[in-house]
Amino acid sequence: MEKFTAFESWVAVLPVDNIDTDQIIPARFLKTTSKAGLGDQLFYDWRYGADGNPKPDFVLNRPPGNRAQVLLAGDNFGCGSSREHAPWALTQFGFKAVISTSFADIFKGNALKNALLPIVVPAEIHSRLLKMLEADPLGTVRVDLASQTLALPDGTAVEFPVDPFAKTCLLEGVDELGFLLKHETEIAAFEQSHPAPVNTLSVKLED
Amino acid sequence: MSQPRTIIQKIWDSHVVCQPPGAPALLYIDLHLVHEVTSPQAFEGLRQRGLKVRRPDRTFGTCDHSTPTTPRDLPIVDPVARAQVEQFEKNCREFGIPFFGFRSPRQGIVHVIGPEHGLTQPGMTIVCGDSHTATHGAFGALAFGIGTSQVEHVLATQCLLQAPSKSFAVHVDGQLRPGVTAKDIILALIAKIGVGGGTGCVFEYRGAAIRALSMEERMTVCNMSIEGGARAGLIAPDETTFEFLAGRPFAPQGEAWDRAVAYWKTLPTDEGAAYDREVTIDASALEPMITYGTNPGMGIPISAPVPDPGEAPDAVERETRRKALAYMGLEPGKPLTGHPVNVVFIGSCTNSRMSDLRAAASLLKGRKVNPNVRVLVVPGSQSIKRQAEAEGLDRIFREAGAEWREAGCSMCIAMNGDQLAPGEYAVSTSNRNFEGRQGKGGRTFLASPLTAAASAIAGAVTDPRTLLG
Repeated sequence: MEKFTAFESWVAVLPVDNIDTDQIIPARFLKTTSKAGLGDQLFYDWRYGADGNPKPDFVLNRPPGNRAQVLLAGDNFGCGSSREHAPWALTQFGFKAVISTSFADIFKGNALKNALLPIVVPAEIHSRLLKMLEADPLGTVRVDLASQTLALPDGTAVEFPVDPFAKTCLLEGVDELGFLLKHETEIAAFEQSHPAPVNTLSVKLED
Repeated sequence: MSQPRTIIQKIWDSHVVCQPPGAPALLYIDLHLVHEVTSPQAFEGLRQRGLKVRRPDRTFGTCDHSTPTTPRDLPIVDPVARAQVEQFEKNCREFGIPFFGFRSPRQGIVHVIGPEHGLTQPGMTIVCGDSHTATHGAFGALAFGIGTSQVEHVLATQCLLQAPSKSFAVHVDGQLRPGVTAKDIILALIAKIGVGGGTGCVFEYRGAAIRALSMEERMTVCNMSIEGGARAGLIAPDETTFEFLAGRPFAPQGEAWDRAVAYWKTLPTDEGAAYDREVTIDASALEPMITYGTNPGMGIPISAPVPDPGEAPDAVERETRRKALAYMGLEPGKPLTGHPVNVVFIGSCTNSRMSDLRAAASLLKGRKVNPNVRVLVVPGSQSIKRQAEAEGLDRIFREAGAEWREAGCSMCIAMNGDQLAPGEYAVSTSNRNFEGRQGKGGRTFLASPLTAAASAIAGAVTDPRTLLG
C-alpha cells in the first residue's frame, strides 16, 4: 500500500445526511468479481440521467467537484451495507478523504483499509466549512494525517481523531493482513486451547 | 467476585487471541460465512499472496445475492451474475470450503441457512461479508458484517483486528398486541434512535417482549441492528434458543450437547453489569410500523401522518427529509394508508422464514391479491420452500394470485433480476428503503409480513388489523 501523504484539494460538496452505500455504488454493479471500473459507477443514480448521460448539475460532473480529492458529506456517511465496493469506487474516482460529522462503522473500517481517510469534524466546523465553500466553491482544504489536522479555506486548522493503529498503517503503508500473519504463533496457541464449537466439515449433508 | 459483565463482554473476552501493543486486539472468529458478492476479490487476494484458507472447517458458503429465484432447472440468464455464481462455487472448491451451490436443495440466504443447520450457536463469534450478519445474534452470538478486506483477513488467519464496541441495552417491555410483530419492534426502535443511533455499539435486546419472541422473530429483530447503526445486536440464549437448536445437523449431540447447554447458560449478562447506553420501548404501545422515506429511520405507526420535513431540527436534516419525500412522491401531513402500491415483496433475511410465510398466508388464505399488484413470495431457503409446500402455503399464495419463487435475496437488493420499475411503489418485508434499493427509481415502504399481505389484498397500504378476525 502507498504511504498516505499530506495534500491540498478542492472539495466536492454533497450536504445530505445518511448517504448510504446503495447511493455510493448501487447494488447492480456488485456482480463484478474484480475491483475495476467502479469509479465510473460512483453515485451512479445521482450522477447520470435515465439516458446514461452525466447530469450537468451534479457536483461530481462539474468543476471543482470533478477534480476534488475531498468529499464533504452530511452526517452518518456510508450507512447501509458492508460492501467495500463503496470505498473502492470513491478512491477510484480520486477521493482521498471524506469529511462528515460521523461515519457508519463498517464503512469507516473499509475506508481506512483503502487509503480513504474518514475525517470527523464537529457540527459547528462542518457548517462553517459548508458556508465557506458556498461563498467560494474554489476554496481548498489541506489534509495532514501526520498532525491530524484539516486546514479550512480560511486557514483555520482543525484537529480530527484517527485510530492510532490505522494512522500508522496509512502513514507507513502497512498492510493489515501482513500484520495479522505475523501472529501465527499466538493464533495457533489460541486454537489449541479453544476447541471449535462447530466444524463445518463434520457433517456431510446429502445434496 | 469478579466484575459483572454483559454477554457482549463475555463473548469478546473469550475470543481475544492477543493484544499487540499499539494495535487493536486479534479477535478469533468461530464461524465465517461467505457468499458470492463480497468474496471474489478476497479469494483473488489469497491467490496473489499464495495463501490458503486457514480453517475451511470454520467456513461455510452459499450463494444468495445474485442468485435468480426462477426455477432452478433454468440457467442464470444474466452473464455477469452467472460468472459471479460460477466463480464462487469454483473458489469454494479450490479452497476446500463446504458450500451450498446454486442448485443445492439446501441453498438459501446466508443468514437463513446458518441458523437452519445449527451452524449458528450461542457464544460464538460469527462474521460474514454482509451487514445483516447481526441476524445470528438472535442466538446469543457476537455476529457482525465485514468488508472484503476483512473477509480476506479471516480466510487467511481466522482472526480480525478489532476494537471493542460500546454496549447498548435495548429494553423492550410489555406485550405486543395482535397484528403487531417483531418487525414492528425493530422498525419502532430505528425510528426512535435514527439510522446512526447505534453507531459504535452492539445492541443487547432485553425485556419481557423479547423473551416472548420465537427464534425466528428474534432473528427479525437482530437482523436490522445495522439499520439502527449498530454493527451487531444480540439476545441472550434461553430455553427457546436451546429448543430451536436441538437436533439440527451441526448442533452438538449427546454429552457434547449437555456440556454446550451448561456453557450457554453462563452467557447471559450478569446482574448489575453496566451498559454504555440504554433505551426502553413499551411493546404494549406499539402499532404496526411502516417507513415513508428513504432510510429505515423514517418510520411511523401505520395510522400516523407523514411527518413535515420542516419539523426537523437542523438545515441539513430538513433538506435530507425534503429530498426523501420528493423521491417518494409523498406529501407531509397525510397518512400512508390507502396509498396505492404496485408490488408487494415478502422475503429477505429479515422476513422469509416459516413464521413469516405462515403470517402472510393467514391473511391471503381464501382472498385474492388486488389485480393491480404483483406479489412475490420468496422463501429464505430451499428447505423452507419445501416445508412451506408440505404445509400447503404455496397453494394459498398461488391461488391468491402471488408468485411463489425459489430462495434468495431477490428484491431486497434487486441484483438478480427481481426489481421494481422506476416510480413503482412496493410494500416490502425487507430491511432497506434506500433510493433505488429495490430497482432504480423504485419506492419502498418497509413493513411486516402481515402489513405486506394486507396491502397486497387491498392494492394499497393497509393496516393488517383491519383484516384480523
